[in-house]
Amino acid sequence: MNLVRFVILRLGFVLVTVLIGTFFVLPLLWLLTAPFNAQATLRVEWPSPFTLRNFGDVFRNTFAIRALFLNSIIQAGGTMLGTAVIATLAAYALSRLEIRGRNVLVYLLVLFSSVVTGTAAMVPIFLLLYYLRLIDTHLGVILVLTGGLLPTGIFLMRDFVESIPRSYEESALVSGATPWQTFRDVVLPVLRPGMMVVAVWAFVNAWGNFLIPAILIRSPEKMPAPVAIYSFYTEGGTPVLTLISAYSLLYAIPVVVLYLFVNWRYGFRFFGGIKGGGK
Amino acid sequence: MAFLAPALLFIGVFLLFPFIWVLIISFTDTALTGPSAANPSFVGLENYYRLFNASRWMRAGEFGNALRNTLFFVLGSAILGQAPLGLAIALAFHRKKGLVRELVFSVATMAWILPDVAVAFAWIAFLDRDFGTLNAVLGAFGAKAIDWYFEKPLVAITLFNIWRGTAFSMLLFSAALGNIPPSYWETAEVAGANAWQRFRDIILPLILPHFLTDLILITLWTFNTFTPYLITGGGPFFRSETVSMYTYRVAFKFLEFGRGAAVAVVMMAINLVLATGYLLSLRRGRAWR
Repeated sequence: MNLVRFVILRLGFVLVTVLIGTFFVLPLLWLLTAPFNAQATLRVEWPSPFTLRNFGDVFRNTFAIRALFLNSIIQAGGTMLGTAVIATLAAYALSRLEIRGRNVLVYLLVLFSSVVTGTAAMVPIFLLLYYLRLIDTHLGVILVLTGGLLPTGIFLMRDFVESIPRSYEESALVSGATPWQTFRDVVLPVLRPGMMVVAVWAFVNAWGNFLIPAILIRSPEKMPAPVAIYSFYTEGGTPVLTLISAYSLLYAIPVVVLYLFVNWRYGFRFFGGIKGGGK
Repeated sequence: MAFLAPALLFIGVFLLFPFIWVLIISFTDTALTGPSAANPSFVGLENYYRLFNASRWMRAGEFGNALRNTLFFVLGSAILGQAPLGLAIALAFHRKKGLVRELVFSVATMAWILPDVAVAFAWIAFLDRDFGTLNAVLGAFGAKAIDWYFEKPLVAITLFNIWRGTAFSMLLFSAALGNIPPSYWETAEVAGANAWQRFRDIILPLILPHFLTDLILITLWTFNTFTPYLITGGGPFFRSETVSMYTYRVAFKFLEFGRGAAVAVVMMAINLVLATGYLLSLRRGRAWR
């Protein structure tokens, strides 16, 4: 009897797992088949005739290629640098300062940033950049994205910082190092994995964001990939599926690569936050 | 400390300042075009009156309609969708390793981190009436083809958002379960507790605070997400328009910033009420333990 039960439970588990896995895989299949199909439709089918010409055609669209390989990289790269550096400095300072309730403070900031980012904040942010003359600049996009990502970046960084024993820094300070030297030579090397995680996370977020560049960037030569993809429409307004799918695939690849890298190197999971979140 | 200064500057300028400024703008007729573009004037509560004008509130394309859609969207995709599904996956693979776990976690995480626009096009194809994979799969089980865009746009974006966001809950719960000391499990096993008893008496109390944290964040994110706009555009005839799409339309299509700001203020107020509500229950939950 127990064996029957075990087999049924086991089968049920496998069935549910397969169902869930299928639910997550199915919508993505089109991105893998359509780019290689010379006559792609919205159907997922084995590419026939199989071709790489769609990619060739995409590369001939200099506007879209510039968007992907220059503008997107500038904007996401800038956000990545800004967020990683500033979040590290802030998380370090917060963990070494004796402020009561600083955990609550960081937690509230994270909450607040999810309240304020998104469409609700776009009106004042647009006007702010308008008065600062930063509309239609890479810097504008980078600043806005960094501002929105910082609280969560600090939140992620905090547990890495708190895992460093203070005795490291104390011995450096005793031997006469300035606080900045201590930070640079003692703290920073230990924090590198944490910075990597925050940097990758910030890059992926900035890379995929549509709304902020869509609102802030006006001129075609500064548009990043998510906005430029809408150039693959015919004049009648129908999407050219072969090119859109090929471009989407190219645009998605960096994210997949970064995920695989982080997963291989550190294991993709929540490092910190989880401790502060619950207790 | 000087280390904190850049972060404070950024958070001040790009989070706190807009929050206050949007309030001020919402009482003016600021616009990018037209006569009031040069010098906006104070209009009091007019923007809010227009928003809550009872005679047309629930009509297609009005604020009430967007609010009702958002309620359905948040309830369906975050609270009933992502959180339970994420918990189920985390539980199913708890204390398991191997290829299957790796695959399910990777695919779910991909759905979460791939760029907005790429997943939007993938879903447009997935939901297509004639060629879409979803109808093909349903058809294999004998179901009739559904025109998701015209018949069930709100269900479609809800389904999309479950797919898009479940990974966060899954990862959070899986980390939370990992933090439960192994001795708890051993004790339970020795005591002969069955799966349900273990869930109720060990897992549930220990992950309850995480459950609330998860609910706060996914509720707020779902409330503010803009990505479904790239699939349905809020259509057809505003039937899948959520509040964040409504804000976008008023502020950046009509360029009426005063009115857009008023919507934004209402949105933030709702978000703050939600967050405060969750935070209070989180604190109460802690007092119990």
